[in-house]
Amino acid sequence: MSASAPELTVDSLRAILIEVAGQDESFDADTDIATLTFDELGYDSLALMELSATIEQRFGVAIDEEELSKLSTPEALVLFVNGMLAEVS
Amino acid sequence: MNRRTVITGMAVRTPGGGSTKEFWDLISNGRSATRVITRFDPSPYRSQVVGECDFDPQLENLTPREIRRMDRAAQFGVVCAREALADSGLDTADLDPAKVAVSVGSAIGSPTSLEHEYRILSDGGRHWEVDEAYLSPHMFDFMVPSAIVKEVAWAVGAEGPAMMVSDGCTSGMDAIGHARDLITEGSADIVVAGGTDASISPMVVACFDAIKATTPRIDEPERACRPFDRTRNGFVLAEGAAMLVLEEYEHARRRGARVYGEVAGYATRCNAYHMTGLKTDGIEMAEAVRHALDEARANPTDVDYINAHGSGTTQNDRHETAAFKRSLGEHAYRTPVSGIKSMIGHSLGAIGAIEIAACALALVNDVVPPTANLHEPDPECDLDYVPLTAREARLDTVLSVGSGFGGFQSAVVLHGPRKAAA
Amino acid sequence: MKRAVVTGIGVVAPNGLTTEDFWAATLKGRSGIREVEFGDTRYSARFGGRITDFDDKRHIPSRLLPQTDRMTRLALYAAESAFRDAELDPEAVAGYGSGVTLSNAAGGFALSHRELKKLWGEGPKSVSAYLSFAWFYACNSGQISIRHGLRGPSAALVAEQAGGLDAIGYSRRSVRRGTRMVLTGGVESALDPWGWISHISSGRVARPAAADRAFLPFGTDAAGYVPGEGGAVMVLEDRDEADARRAPRRYGEIAGYAATFDPAPGTGRPPGLRRAAENALADAGLAPADIDVVFADGAGSPDLDRAEAEAISAVFGPRAVPVSVPKALVGRLYAGGAPLDVATALLSIRDDVIPPVPAAVEPDPEYGIDLVVGEPRHVPVRRALVLARGRGGFNSAVVVTAAA
Repeated sequence: MSASAPELTVDSLRAILIEVAGQDESFDADTDIATLTFDELGYDSLALMELSATIEQRFGVAIDEEELSKLSTPEALVLFVNGMLAEVS
Repeated sequence: MNRRTVITGMAVRTPGGGSTKEFWDLISNGRSATRVITRFDPSPYRSQVVGECDFDPQLENLTPREIRRMDRAAQFGVVCAREALADSGLDTADLDPAKVAVSVGSAIGSPTSLEHEYRILSDGGRHWEVDEAYLSPHMFDFMVPSAIVKEVAWAVGAEGPAMMVSDGCTSGMDAIGHARDLITEGSADIVVAGGTDASISPMVVACFDAIKATTPRIDEPERACRPFDRTRNGFVLAEGAAMLVLEEYEHARRRGARVYGEVAGYATRCNAYHMTGLKTDGIEMAEAVRHALDEARANPTDVDYINAHGSGTTQNDRHETAAFKRSLGEHAYRTPVSGIKSMIGHSLGAIGAIEIAACALALVNDVVPPTANLHEPDPECDLDYVPLTAREARLDTVLSVGSGFGGFQSAVVLHGPRKAAA
Repeated sequence: MKRAVVTGIGVVAPNGLTTEDFWAATLKGRSGIREVEFGDTRYSARFGGRITDFDDKRHIPSRLLPQTDRMTRLALYAAESAFRDAELDPEAVAGYGSGVTLSNAAGGFALSHRELKKLWGEGPKSVSAYLSFAWFYACNSGQISIRHGLRGPSAALVAEQAGGLDAIGYSRRSVRRGTRMVLTGGVESALDPWGWISHISSGRVARPAAADRAFLPFGTDAAGYVPGEGGAVMVLEDRDEADARRAPRRYGEIAGYAATFDPAPGTGRPPGLRRAAENALADAGLAPADIDVVFADGAGSPDLDRAEAEAISAVFGPRAVPVSVPKALVGRLYAGGAPLDVATALLSIRDDVIPPVPAAVEPDPEYGIDLVVGEPRHVPVRRALVLARGRGGFNSAVVVTAAA
């Protein structure tokens, strides 16, 4: 990956999630969300659609519906997005 | 005194259905009228197939001023209301206007005009600030969708209760349910009731794109909506309207009116689950169906036909299939079920009223309209969905259901003219 | 017949975010009408009934913030307040026995403005998934149903300003048919720039020099209304159910309701407001003399004020009943306006006091109505009539009575 390519991190994903879908009581600033499922974190399909649309706008990575349904944790999603970023750069 | 409500007039405007006759010819022959968007450039959108009405307000005899001040949804509504009233044979000169009410369903009001005005006020979205110098005097009436009700009330001379029921995609059905209640409780003898939505506007297409609810299929546009088919992948956005004349039964009988059917039962429930999602169990829709049947004093085994919501999404097909089994039991397997959205798309707050009009026509003609585009049945949907071809059957009691954003689940039970007269 | 009583009130108003704050402000004449600012942009009207102390982050769960327009946040807050006031645990009544029917007149303008800007400025792919429901008229009812598990008969009604009373009438019908509890009323907010100038397009918005001269219903200087935001949500309960759970409060009963529509222009027939009032009284089984106060629509335009005054005089006789317009302190709240008036009427009954219109209103003597001006009037209040008109010809009336 080139040095200039922006990379998604779990922390930046957390910020995007809170921005586009809020945060329920299931986690707070201290929770390690990386391996919790989106479902456990209180996010529904609408929230994930907003998330994927935002990632597409900011990182240029489109995640189709089928792929999205398989990416069940922030860690998996971050790995997928960064993998796609590495491919294009 | 038990005041019953019968349908004595109707008019529809749907894709491929410029009149009631054209509409019935279309759906009873299993023909689809969905097509690629012609009203604006479809290329930027994920979903490009819609159900558009070939509706010319001038040919429909609206005056230049009516055309100027009314959104397309109001134009649909007014044209249908006038035609439905004429169809009923009622002479407004003989009516007490105070006993004539209006109940119009619309999910989204006047989006075409709102968006048009927005583009002018913001100069095509260039500015966040909107410029008052470009403000239309009609903007307020586009802002408040009750302006549509006003136009319909003026068109039919109604001075009784008048309001819009806006429950998302069950609006048209709920407006007819509310109208039935107005007659039952004695607030009106006649209600012009139905639904209208003119949804083919970029903002509406774009918002359903954003939740991937509409089908992205563009090859074979007429085959885009495929309820209960394994290959379905979303609904087809459409526009349209239906207005019915609902009349107190004795009022209709005294004047020897033609009766299409009786609105015998109605109920609505909420799933309290999700603004756009459905669970697969169909519990709340089943509850609405049971209550509508109770009101109609009908047993599940009396149901001769189910007009399904049949929007063409996987979650809907499974949701309502479960609801039919839950509410009708074994009889669900013996009952023809069909979805006319396969042919005219999903016109949001109008479709519930259009489907009730379709049910009334089915009752009058003893014909079950088919589900078009159903070639590969979804194995998880195992009822009789009347694929492709209409079916003759003696129909006396039919059920129509709807499901809407916000969680609304509604059901209407209609009795045909034979049963209404009995 | 089952009787529908109000057991909880949730107010969200420009002059009070709780029922008691609003009521104290209303009695003292404290106004929520203030300058509405949009950065450097100036519009021809600049006063509105604006809520300035609503804290979105404190009042609304984080998960709901991105997917809600301001109108829905205010509605969610009012609904929760109403439940709390009724001391009714939503979980205890969740299910088919409980519903929600609210009125909404204009939808979520701020959210649709934001998304239309994205659509036309950046393209369709930038549009939020939330645009598919967050601006539409059923959104408040739907979100409240979901948040509190209300699965019973529910709806969203639109009849411009009259719709708030229609929602209450509709909900009373649900209670009569066996629904134990319905959350009802209406909440509105469309004070973003696009919403603001859309209000102005009504041609009836006042352009006063100062906030305290902004909205003067039935006054000699009446020159239009000011748009506002807010409204009220109430817990409407089957009286037997309220008794069975020993509900702590019964503000009153929804005893009568009626709606009419004005004749089309040019027919020469009389407008329908009088008929709505008479039908609501008949529905309640009451005579005009039984009514202790009328909360008027109070449009604040001379022609409409005159028409309403004529209707009131025709029903009650000249100067025969006290009339008030508490919305003079908050502006025209569209679907939220009449429910807030119903809440005010119930508080009048509770405390035997009629709130005044501000002293700035100099009643036009030609109208022949007994307008309560400047100071609250302490008189026994057992029964009140609330009137509302919606642009285009909608008329609705509700009679509230002390819960027997």
